Amino acid sequence: MAFWNKKNKNEDTGAPEAAKSSAGTPAENSPESAKKSGGIFASVKAALQKTSRALNTDIRDVFKSQGELVDDEFLKRLFAVLVKSDMGGAMAAQVRDRIGNEYRARKVEFQDILDVIADEIGQTLAQGGTEIHMAEEGPTVILVVGVNGSGKTTSIAKLAYRFTQQGKRVLLGAGDTFRAAAVEQLTIWSQRIGCDIVTADAGADPGVVAFKATQKARDENYDVCIMDTAGRLQTQSNLMQELEKIRRVIGKHIPEAPHEVLLVLDATAGQNAISQAKGFSDAAGCTGIVLAKIDGSAKGGVIVPIRQQFELPVKLVGLGEQLEDMAEFDPEMFAKALLAESKS
Amino acid sequence: MFESLSEGLQSAFKSIRGKGKLTEANMRQGLQMVEQALLEADVSYSVVQDFMDHVSEQALGQKVLLALKPEEELVRIVHQQLVEILGPVDFSIPLKQDEVTILMMCGLQGSGKTTTCGKLAQLLKEQKARPFLVAADLQRPAAIEQLKTLGRQLDVPVYSDLENKNPVEVCRAGVAQAKSQGANIVILDTAGRLAIDEELMQQLSQIDRKVNPDQVFLVVDGMTGQDAVNSAAAFNEALELDGVIMTKLDGDARGGALLSVKHVTQVPIKFIGTGEHLDALEPFRPEGMAGRILEMGDIVAVAQEAHRIIDDQEREKLEAKMASGNFTLQEFRGILEKISKPGLMQKMIGLMPGMGDLRKMMEGEDTDREMRKMLGMIDSMTPAERRNPKLIDTTRRNRIAKGSGVAPSLVTGLIKQFSMMAPMMQMAAGGGMKDRMAMMQQMQNSMLGDPSMAGMKVKKGTGKRLSPKERQKMQKERQKQLRKMKRKR
Repeated sequence: MAFWNKKNKNEDTGAPEAAKSSAGTPAENSPESAKKSGGIFASVKAALQKTSRALNTDIRDVFKSQGELVDDEFLKRLFAVLVKSDMGGAMAAQVRDRIGNEYRARKVEFQDILDVIADEIGQTLAQGGTEIHMAEEGPTVILVVGVNGSGKTTSIAKLAYRFTQQGKRVLLGAGDTFRAAAVEQLTIWSQRIGCDIVTADAGADPGVVAFKATQKARDENYDVCIMDTAGRLQTQSNLMQELEKIRRVIGKHIPEAPHEVLLVLDATAGQNAISQAKGFSDAAGCTGIVLAKIDGSAKGGVIVPIRQQFELPVKLVGLGEQLEDMAEFDPEMFAKALLAESKS
Repeated sequence: MFESLSEGLQSAFKSIRGKGKLTEANMRQGLQMVEQALLEADVSYSVVQDFMDHVSEQALGQKVLLALKPEEELVRIVHQQLVEILGPVDFSIPLKQDEVTILMMCGLQGSGKTTTCGKLAQLLKEQKARPFLVAADLQRPAAIEQLKTLGRQLDVPVYSDLENKNPVEVCRAGVAQAKSQGANIVILDTAGRLAIDEELMQQLSQIDRKVNPDQVFLVVDGMTGQDAVNSAAAFNEALELDGVIMTKLDGDARGGALLSVKHVTQVPIKFIGTGEHLDALEPFRPEGMAGRILEMGDIVAVAQEAHRIIDDQEREKLEAKMASGNFTLQEFRGILEKISKPGLMQKMIGLMPGMGDLRKMMEGEDTDREMRKMLGMIDSMTPAERRNPKLIDTTRRNRIAKGSGVAPSLVTGLIKQFSMMAPMMQMAAGGGMKDRMAMMQQMQNSMLGDPSMAGMKVKKGTGKRLSPKERQKMQKERQKQLRKMKRKR
């Protein structure tokens, strides 16, 4: 009995210690937690398992005739691919270090590693879905925002065309009353598509356009009302306040509107897009992203950190200058293209 | 995120503080930080690699100014290199005599070409030129209308032809009309296009060949990311660019793409767009842009200030004087005068990493006034007295006090302070590395305890190291002094 007592006592004192230490270092939890639950044997077993797993993989790799050794050179090359996707230096370094930790000194195919990363990115980006959120009854109001030249007006035209093709009645609100000929640009599009448009004179308050457009959409029972806004930089606080106001005005006639606030991002944009996502989300409450100009050589990887930080899903992508050049966002394909090695 | 960068740099270099030269080892971490900063600023990867190689080559073996820490010296070099690469300053638009100058704008969709056309026209008008706009963007709906509206706002004639779908013909007709209307510079607004769209790029080089513009400007969005190298290279290949204009820099974009574009095209950067209004076009200044891309303005400011205050030649002279023990009140006055620029002292000290505490202590005191008082006292001395302060007896002291309008005790204080400083200076300049370091350490410590520098004591190195016990004792003593200071305030 004395022996048992002693052992129990040992275990009693051992457990809290293990708990303490595991609380102190949550990162290395496997042997610690094993000790906590199953005493010394379990911990040894866990440790052995880890070794055998490592050995297994190593042996497997050694016999591989093809593949590359994961070393500094390998990781540098990986880093270059990641950075060139525009996901940002910090994030690229994070991914690189993780791959380094998991695969260092193993022999792998470079492409396999890229596939693993692409899979993960694809899964991250797939969260949230790509459907446009529609109103249960009455007109669906979509507010479109973004910085200057990101492609708002063109994206609106394509969106309107999509809805028209689906047999929906679309009303456009020409809310960019600032830039020269922006109203004309959208008017020309509406004529080509054959949908209606609400305009105001250049220099008019965009709130007026929003008010009139939503009123008309409600009274005349349109299916979809898409509001254009003037391009603005997220640092211009007075213009960001104007967005808040437009949002409020839209809610006057249709209480739950806007149903979608789409932020149009230029795929060629770099890390500033993160700041754009933050600024526009704060002011206008964005619900999704339209990634425009993805048909160029830019990869638009900045949406990965944006998805992670702000949970903003990409819903649509712009693929060209024609009305039909818009597609639903395909996370898997996007992630693959993101990490395809380019020449430069 | 980047405010923390300078802190990170400081900690990275903490271990090698006081080393006199930049070496591969002591730069590695700092260079990594700089690389990270450049990547976050959207400088293209390949350009960052080239740039970092170039910088480390330049920086290797460079002397670290006595007043600076290696990381500050490194950042200064990085900044300097950035300025050099982004420069030279050239925001001229060469106009031909007695002939029409043709200027062509090109770029990706949405980079801001049409708006920039308007801004350039405004600028040219201000320079008494007679600009003329040609709407050759036949792709985007209402692009012509946009240019016409801008023309009306600026009172600048605009040529457009809604029927014609061939931009080459439109450009030719536009130039012809400009000539007949007596304009002396024509700005062609072309359609935005993707660099990989070969058909449209071909069209662009066709305009280039047929219309033969004198200047071709590439318009680049300030928020562009990694793709900047690709598109700039494509435009440069199709068109032989003469200048670059970067737009949308009034936001918080760091504009690293500019470095990429410059690297690829090697053409001067002419202007930057800083707002939506037509007068928001500024001549490009590399210093500002380099700071923006690097975002380590504070460190650069300190390092440059230090270099400005003591330029190399002067420093050598001064060091020689100090080393020979000929450092007199006259020289002391010179230094004082340099650093007595209003607010500079506080700024410098505040910016110095690790000196934050000192600044807090100094904030309440009127350092500038103290400095001016000291200058006044030295000015009231005769040259002989300045050379040899030992001459100053009670009578002389009273005279100096009267002359400079201070209490006689202050004069005594100044002389005491100087006589303590002089050997220290001598040591700093002439002594070996070890002595120098010891001196710096001591100076910093005693300054922490007493910003008026009254309590400075100097020992020359005896070659004896302090035992840990002794060091501990010294540390306690210092902390005691610090506490005393705080209580006093």
